[in-house]
Amino acid sequence: MRDKPLIAIGTLVVLVVAAIAFMAGRKSGGEPSPHPVVATAATASQTPAAPSTTEAAPRGNQIDGIRRGTPIDQEGTPPLMARVENADIKRNRAYPMQPPTIPHTIDNYQIDKNSNRCLLCHARANADKFQAPPVSVTHYMDRDDQFLATISPRRYFCNQCHVVQTDAKPLVANNFKDIDTVLSEQPQQKAN
Amino acid sequence: MWSRMKSWGASVWRTLRRPSVHYSLGFLTLGGFIAGVMFWGAFNTALETTNTEAFCTGCHEMRDNVFQELKTTIHYTNRSGVRATCPDCHVPHNWTDKIARKMQASKEVWGKIFGTVDTREKFLDHRLELAEHEWARLKANDSLECRNCHNYTSMDLTRQSTRAAEIHKRWLGTGEKTCIDCHKGIAHHLPDMTGIPQG
Repeated sequence: MRDKPLIAIGTLVVLVVAAIAFMAGRKSGGEPSPHPVVATAATASQTPAAPSTTEAAPRGNQIDGIRRGTPIDQEGTPPLMARVENADIKRNRAYPMQPPTIPHTIDNYQIDKNSNRCLLCHARANADKFQAPPVSVTHYMDRDDQFLATISPRRYFCNQCHVVQTDAKPLVANNFKDIDTVLSEQPQQKAN
Repeated sequence: MWSRMKSWGASVWRTLRRPSVHYSLGFLTLGGFIAGVMFWGAFNTALETTNTEAFCTGCHEMRDNVFQELKTTIHYTNRSGVRATCPDCHVPHNWTDKIARKMQASKEVWGKIFGTVDTREKFLDHRLELAEHEWARLKANDSLECRNCHNYTSMDLTRQSTRAAEIHKRWLGTGEKTCIDCHKGIAHHLPDMTGIPQG
């Protein structure tokens, strides 16, 4: 081992270089870099939602229901949870074939192959006891329009179609017009 | 054998009948009183220990099946933080009824020892039978354990939804139905309910 001092010097040099590189890296990395903008172009023009403004309604065509415009390196403040409307007042249907919405809460209703909590009141046999609207006759029909003695299995899971309504604000504006409105608008267009 | 038992029994009976020779009347009465208090305290403490949720969920049969289901319901978590534990609904609060229920529970000890429901599959197989016992008990005592907390005369029907208020007034208020008739499966999942009247 003639070159023992050489090896020692070489090791020392490598260590010093590594230390300098490490310090430099830390320093440049520690500088505050601009927030990475990951959302749509609309977000970039907006100021990031501060935690105080909880329900920043998305503007324009932007639908960002989950992060609501908060940059992803910041903790968003979720809006308050919406409450289910529980007034037992039947709502209008937006179109004739719309499944009626549920005008009451259905928290913890068990709907599985063992039991169906909805049918406790809405089954034909129980509707009078609870003064509930019984399920429609179409729900007893199989797909070949044959009537069955009980609810058709394909109609068994009520909340596949029937849902509750909450007091949450709509994420986007809705300009749906029902058929009555469309029909009433037509004569005016003809007149013009 | 029989004669030996008989002579031993007779000697015990003679000892019990004879007045005490060594101990004073005061010692015997006071000692008896204190021993009685200690016995009763120990008995009651042990009884109440079996009346806790920690005791119930000490067995995996309860912890892994019914307790997990309870956790999702309003009787476990709700806005005001008042909650029902297992014995609130499953053990009568009245002393004599409680002791009667505890004696029935010896069957459950038997079941635990011999593993009647020691797997999920066995539990599901027995679920309907177990549930029917509870429904029968609550039906027979007019849903007493529900009514320990839920009192019809204290129900403010105006603060219920109109649907609930109407149904409570019509069926519960007239006494035609009791809580369990409609509120089966309120704290646990229901077994296969085919052919079982609800409501």
